Amino acid sequence: MEALRKVTGIAAPMLRINIDTDQIIPALFLGGTDAKGYGAHLFHHWRFLADGSPDPEFMLNQSPFNRAQILLADRNFGCGSSRERAPKALREFGFRAVIAPSFGGIFHNNCYRNGIVPVELPIEQVRALADEVTASAGLAELTVDLEKLQVSSAWGICYAFRAPELLRQMLLDGVDEIGLTMGRREQLDAFRAEDARRRPWAYAPQAHDPSG
Amino acid sequence: MNTPRRTSFDKIWDEHVITALGDDADLLQIDRLMLHELSGSQVVRALADTGRQPMSRAQVFTVIEHLISTRPGRGPNDSPSSSGAVMIETTRRASREWGFHFIDFDDPMQGIAHVVAPEQGIAFPGATLVCCDSHTSTVGGVGALAFGIGASEAEHVLATQALAQSRPKKMRVSFDGRLTEGVFAKDMVLALIGRIGAQAGIGYATEYTGTAVGSLPVEGRLTLCNMSIEFSCKYGFVPADDTTFEYLAGRRYSPRGAAWDAAVAHWRGLRTDEGATFDRELHIDCNRLGPQVTWGISPQQVLAIDDRVPNPSEAADHESRQLAQRAIEYMQLRPGTPLRDIAIDVAYIGSCTNARLSDLRAAAAILAGRKVAPGVQAICVPGSTPVKRAAEAEGLDRIFREAGFEWHESACGFCGHIGDDRFADLRVIGTTNRNFEGRQGPRTRTHLASPATVAASAVSGRIADARRLI
Repeated sequence: MEALRKVTGIAAPMLRINIDTDQIIPALFLGGTDAKGYGAHLFHHWRFLADGSPDPEFMLNQSPFNRAQILLADRNFGCGSSRERAPKALREFGFRAVIAPSFGGIFHNNCYRNGIVPVELPIEQVRALADEVTASAGLAELTVDLEKLQVSSAWGICYAFRAPELLRQMLLDGVDEIGLTMGRREQLDAFRAEDARRRPWAYAPQAHDPSG
Repeated sequence: MNTPRRTSFDKIWDEHVITALGDDADLLQIDRLMLHELSGSQVVRALADTGRQPMSRAQVFTVIEHLISTRPGRGPNDSPSSSGAVMIETTRRASREWGFHFIDFDDPMQGIAHVVAPEQGIAFPGATLVCCDSHTSTVGGVGALAFGIGASEAEHVLATQALAQSRPKKMRVSFDGRLTEGVFAKDMVLALIGRIGAQAGIGYATEYTGTAVGSLPVEGRLTLCNMSIEFSCKYGFVPADDTTFEYLAGRRYSPRGAAWDAAVAHWRGLRTDEGATFDRELHIDCNRLGPQVTWGISPQQVLAIDDRVPNPSEAADHESRQLAQRAIEYMQLRPGTPLRDIAIDVAYIGSCTNARLSDLRAAAAILAGRKVAPGVQAICVPGSTPVKRAAEAEGLDRIFREAGFEWHESACGFCGHIGDDRFADLRVIGTTNRNFEGRQGPRTRTHLASPATVAASAVSGRIADARRLI
């Protein structure tokens, strides 16, 4: 898993509620069994015109936002489909942090496992950051510091945020989560043995001919 | 000392905690992992690339359903998606090699994972069941703690049969009173989302209760739980009761005999204790609930069918106004237009939300003796092969065909746009769950409604109230 401690960079304000994962990457581009290859289709229907050329009106097609590493969004960002290609597409484009008042729950968990920190800040604070970015024509860089749990700006804004400790540590250290859990093999086996006595139906489902 | 009063959700969660991982996460035992070819192909490949092995193949079920074509006479790798064949084949090969329970495209059990899991008794009350699909919440309809996960989380489950999750807050939604004729579970959940908004469920698990839920058959409960994720609630469920046990008894993977009795006795103990507290409680009166239909690009943009397209300038706050304005433009609607005046191009019955046998019966009751309006494309994709066979056994397919509907093989079908541009630029009324921009195709405008409303609209050529056709 890719680690992240701190990111400083261009921020792109996209303050709209309910940006769903179908917008982040449409289902049409989920093909293939590879772990990569999705960044080119990030926000596809917004980013490209019907003839496939980049829409010059769309923010991420404009400098300096085409180099953005931080996305500013409104509430319920990443709602909808569980597709993990959504954070993968954001990461491949260059994003390392998304700042929004709230996130779709599945997307939130997927971000941490793809080198992106989802930062929850109240909408007033997100707007204040967006205002500074807009006033500087995008050139005022923001910093998201996962170690110190704070967001700061070139012009002196500094906001604290909270993050779930387990996921935070995973991202800070870039740990192999599966390896960690496999290290608990004895604990898993003991639980399963005990649980299988209590709930045998959960463990070895048998196929029967349907009755009636 | 009194035993603490616990919610059903906490009881199920607690009995799956292997260990606490710090203050804000638990490592949970996972009873069932459902895989499909869209994400499952990535999951199996990622695990194989690391050289790791599945921990408990008996608890893993694979279904071919997301990308497989719905075309009658389809082949094993037919797909509207250009990479469908390789994803189906990768999933099929890994599932066979690793010895998962594998339900292929032509298996008599085949269908959409969330339809198949309850239908075959793979899911059960109190189960932790996960799948790389947000609509896994559907399976909460049989009292399971079922939720959508990402591919990395699924790889973790495959390797360890466990998953780290944070315990959510608890919400209880009570649907009181009785549904009137022509009003269904779909209308209940759409009305709920319209009232509380598409963000209200973030960080919550929702228990559905009340007289209207108690009298809903399991298929309706599955519809209700399905759309929990449309208010961003990962977990929605109806605690198991006698209706649930009757539904599950005798299904293919349900326990039998003494094992069944022991299971039911355990499941009866998983209901919410009297006096248990919730972080949020809501009541919806079903006596006065009418058919609902969405008009916008978020499921929260929903109204009663006799209402009119709203005026964005009258929205409650800046964000809602902005969203309404964008919705009006995308959906090509004018404020003040009665919803029942909106002409449609496509009527679609399908998806994990509303393509079970009771849904097809409700639609057929409207379609019998009627014809689809000229110029309207009408398509039915049953939720599973058993649903399709059962519908055919009682002659529903004939009613659909004679009315002018196409009758397809079971799969996720046209709910999401995976390559077939058939709905491009068209207005669809469908029984699916998402009206997001582009969800069903380029510039496709989707209205969500119940199967009866979709059938009534198909024959009317415009959004129509099924109660006038009963």
